[in-house]
Amino acid sequence: MFEYAPAPESRSVVDLKPSYGLFVDGDFVDPADGGTFKTVNPSSEEVLAEVAEAGAQDVDRAVRAARQAYERVWGPMPGRDRAKYLFRIARIIQERSRELAVLESLDNGKPIRESRDVDLPLVAAHFFYYAGWADKLEHAGFGANPRPLGVAAQVIPWNFPLLMLAWKIAPALAAGNTVVLKPAETTPLTALLFAEICQQADLPAGVVNIVTGAGDTGRVLVEHPGVDKVAFTGSTEVGRAIARAVAGTRKKLTLELGGKAANIVFDDAPVDQAVEGIVTGIFFNQGHVCCAGSRLLIQENVADRVLESLKRRMARLRVGDPLDKNTDIGAINSAAQLARIRELSDAGSAEGAERWSPPCELPERGFWFAPTIFTGVTQAHRIAREEIFGPVLSVLTFRTPAEAVEKANNTPYGLSAGIWTDKGSRILWMADRLRAGVVWANTFNKFDPTSPFGGYKESGYGREGGRHGLEGYLNV
Amino acid sequence: MTATATSARSELSELGRSETALRTFLHGLPGVDQVGAEQRAAQLGTRSIKTTAKAQAIDLAIRMVDLTTLEGADTPGKVRALAAKALRPDPADPSCPHVGAVCVYPAMVPHVAEVLRGSGVHLASVATAFPSGQAPLEVKLADTRAAVAAGADEIDMVINRGAFLAGRYSEVYDEIVAVKEACGSADGGRQGRPAAHLKVILETGELATYDNVRRASWLAMLAGGDFIKTSTGKVPVAATLPVTLVMLEAVRDFRAATGRQVGVKPAGGIKTTKDAIKYLVMVNETVGADWLDPDWFRFGASSLLNDLLMQRTKLTTGTYSGPDYFTLD
Amino acid sequence: MSERVAVRKTYKLFIGGKFPRSESGRSYLVQDANVSLASRKDARDAVVAARAAVKGWAGATAYNRGQILYRVAEMLEGRREQFVALGVPGDEVDAAVDRWVWYAGWSDKLPQVYGGANPVAGPYFNLSAPEPTGVVAVVAPESPALLGLVSVIAPAIVTGNTVVVATSPTQPLAAVTLAEVLATSDLPGGVVNLLTGRISETVPALAAHMDVNAIDLTGVADAELAIELEVKAAQNLKRVLRPAPADHDWSADPGITRMTTLLETKTVWHPKGV
Repeated sequence: MFEYAPAPESRSVVDLKPSYGLFVDGDFVDPADGGTFKTVNPSSEEVLAEVAEAGAQDVDRAVRAARQAYERVWGPMPGRDRAKYLFRIARIIQERSRELAVLESLDNGKPIRESRDVDLPLVAAHFFYYAGWADKLEHAGFGANPRPLGVAAQVIPWNFPLLMLAWKIAPALAAGNTVVLKPAETTPLTALLFAEICQQADLPAGVVNIVTGAGDTGRVLVEHPGVDKVAFTGSTEVGRAIARAVAGTRKKLTLELGGKAANIVFDDAPVDQAVEGIVTGIFFNQGHVCCAGSRLLIQENVADRVLESLKRRMARLRVGDPLDKNTDIGAINSAAQLARIRELSDAGSAEGAERWSPPCELPERGFWFAPTIFTGVTQAHRIAREEIFGPVLSVLTFRTPAEAVEKANNTPYGLSAGIWTDKGSRILWMADRLRAGVVWANTFNKFDPTSPFGGYKESGYGREGGRHGLEGYLNV
Repeated sequence: MTATATSARSELSELGRSETALRTFLHGLPGVDQVGAEQRAAQLGTRSIKTTAKAQAIDLAIRMVDLTTLEGADTPGKVRALAAKALRPDPADPSCPHVGAVCVYPAMVPHVAEVLRGSGVHLASVATAFPSGQAPLEVKLADTRAAVAAGADEIDMVINRGAFLAGRYSEVYDEIVAVKEACGSADGGRQGRPAAHLKVILETGELATYDNVRRASWLAMLAGGDFIKTSTGKVPVAATLPVTLVMLEAVRDFRAATGRQVGVKPAGGIKTTKDAIKYLVMVNETVGADWLDPDWFRFGASSLLNDLLMQRTKLTTGTYSGPDYFTLD
Repeated sequence: MSERVAVRKTYKLFIGGKFPRSESGRSYLVQDANVSLASRKDARDAVVAARAAVKGWAGATAYNRGQILYRVAEMLEGRREQFVALGVPGDEVDAAVDRWVWYAGWSDKLPQVYGGANPVAGPYFNLSAPEPTGVVAVVAPESPALLGLVSVIAPAIVTGNTVVVATSPTQPLAAVTLAEVLATSDLPGGVVNLLTGRISETVPALAAHMDVNAIDLTGVADAELAIELEVKAAQNLKRVLRPAPADHDWSADPGITRMTTLLETKTVWHPKGV
């Protein structure tokens, strides 16, 4: 046997402080009521730092700072200068990418291979892409004189902390808005390091404000009467609450919510790449991906063969220390998320689906869940309907393309879908009929700053990325 | 072998009898998506193999080297020196293993055989009008028999790429079958000497697509090849990680279908330890431990060996070595 | 000889290409006519009709939809005097026809203007194209009765959506007459469904309906009601067009936002390889 020796990425590149304040008006400040919370490393349950919890007063202060920066500095600033700040930020992110990647893996639990090779390159690319838009907005196709909205309230999730920050902040700033962003309570650290990067770039005070905290902080932020725009990525349940909260206001809303994507494999698929795509689809980032291919639909006549290959491939997945460069699957982000994954998986077993995981030793401390598939799943099972947001795949079969489309669309969600077949015309036929915002054909979980991302139906509305991503931040 | 595998094997053995059956089968194999295959290969290339794993990998890689010289200028003196190096790659370190085989032209086989006799290092000879394969079948078979008679226990043949690309699969198949037979005909097995192992060179750089690589792999295995090998080293594109990935998938699937294990040999362009380790990682994660053995995986290379030796020294001594401290060949 | 007694028209609902009375059997007196007073059940039936029409209408070619919408404009033009007789100013009828023609031409252009290839950093074909969101509930503006109505229906349907429209409660006759135009053009039944009556009765049911994809609150003048409707719409994350300001200029260039708000952008990736 060829055992890979531990290959840990060094933590020394990260300089963790014992505590972090809020980033308001260009400075780190203490919260008005002094509340704090702890953020832990989910792979060890080690406390990484204490982080300030923003209350209503702090949020108000941040919104006022953003308003002032919008009116006095960022709004009046020529686009070409806004662009230069964004380019600067992109460059500093590239230069400090290893530090950011290690910190992301520490706080989130995702493997360093992903934070290093996927998250960070995409983060830098996103800023670089939108930087170039800042002085070309009149060419974006939204009329001759597109105007910014003002102050954007942005609430992001814990699955891609820095990448979601980039998806929110880059287009907002390029379009001329200022922002108050709330990172998720379990993953605030890279956002706070990003605040330092804003300082390093000499970004004018108040253009970017970071308020850390939990759901209450987010609620106060989106409900603040001083914001003109609300952008949220997270669960459909919270998205619904936000849509209600902004009813009757002027606030423009974009929502990027849950998903239960079908990954559809036909009998003529390039099977080895399809198996890779299935694995990437559900086990990338521990399955903490809103567009994860969590429902595998296999054409019945090849189901056994594909499953055999899939299981063989899953047995090769390396679960463990997120900072080990050879780790494929890291830690589940929090105890709460682990509990939810367990609950739904247990429901899958209880409802009669057959559960399988490769033999896999999980660390004793921290939050872990072995990569798991359920076969014999029907559309009626909870694990085929509810978003698990973990490394759990539900396998269903179909007989005809029409049946595949019907099953794929039979969900309130509509974020993404996958198609695997060597027949080009079938891909296009399927792509036309799938009610999903992103369709990956013979690939899966690919992202690019130029490519619009967002859902149909209860997966939300508005698009992030590309020219479309500007629309949510412009008065058009 | 299971009953299913036995029957699958006998069904597959019938394929060679009909051009139509062969074509239908080869074109019925699953396609290979180029981008996906290349990404998988690149991803495996990011594995970080350090310390004990690296030491283990380097020794394994040395044991897998087919130390090769295939030059018009090869002389008995040159190939004897190479054979000596194959036996003791690092004269300063007796713990260093010997390589898998020495690979030369047929005319050079007798000179190498003298040196290697009884050593456990195999003697491979290219044959069948290497590298182009553009010769009458009788010539190719005579080439093969001569190499085996002179002491080669491994034959690296080239397939007829022209016939393959023209879709004349039976022709390619029949030729491999004939060469395989020639491999065993040196002494008719009378002295109990086993037939030479047949490595079938697909020359993947000329096959243009991964779909063709997969088909050619199956064709070579169906016809009885013991190894499938990427390249002659004589065309611009030699072994690559994704081509090797497709071939590894083919041997994996072939064993699952027939129960017979076939080896894989990437050749050409593999020059550094880092490269070699990427291949070993790929073997490990695609086909597993069964292939992590010189009997089932080889590197066709020459300069690779010295880099492996330098890295080996670095691991044992902690200092970086230089080319002056290793023998040139 | 006595004067000829005119044949009066009955103004009914327009659902699935047919002209039913309200299932409630009610009507209300408005503009000197008895007009059907639609109920929540009529709204429900209209959604069923609109949903059934989505597949065919969204699946029709953009060219075909453009032709059908242009045909509607032709029929509208031909009935000019009929609208004038209902009290719609001639200028407004002309503007409504022009608006309809303007939108008709967008059918096969919006996907080009609003979609396109994305230059991703990798060996992929990547294309974004807009698609209709599905069934749209529309609250038509109180006035102008015809131009306002046309300005909310045309942008919704030209891209392939189907609509259930709550018409102006005080000026419903233009809407019912427009229904006659639509019924005699080639527009498939169910693409446009019209509910006359009280907004407060039908629209909450539409806003809460889980099989409606979007809601256009343009004609909701009551701010409290608008909030209630937007809150209801959040239940299934309907796309929302908020109420138009009271001073909205209906003659101005409408831009493409009405269309784009009711569209979904789908992005398709495929590797490029041999």
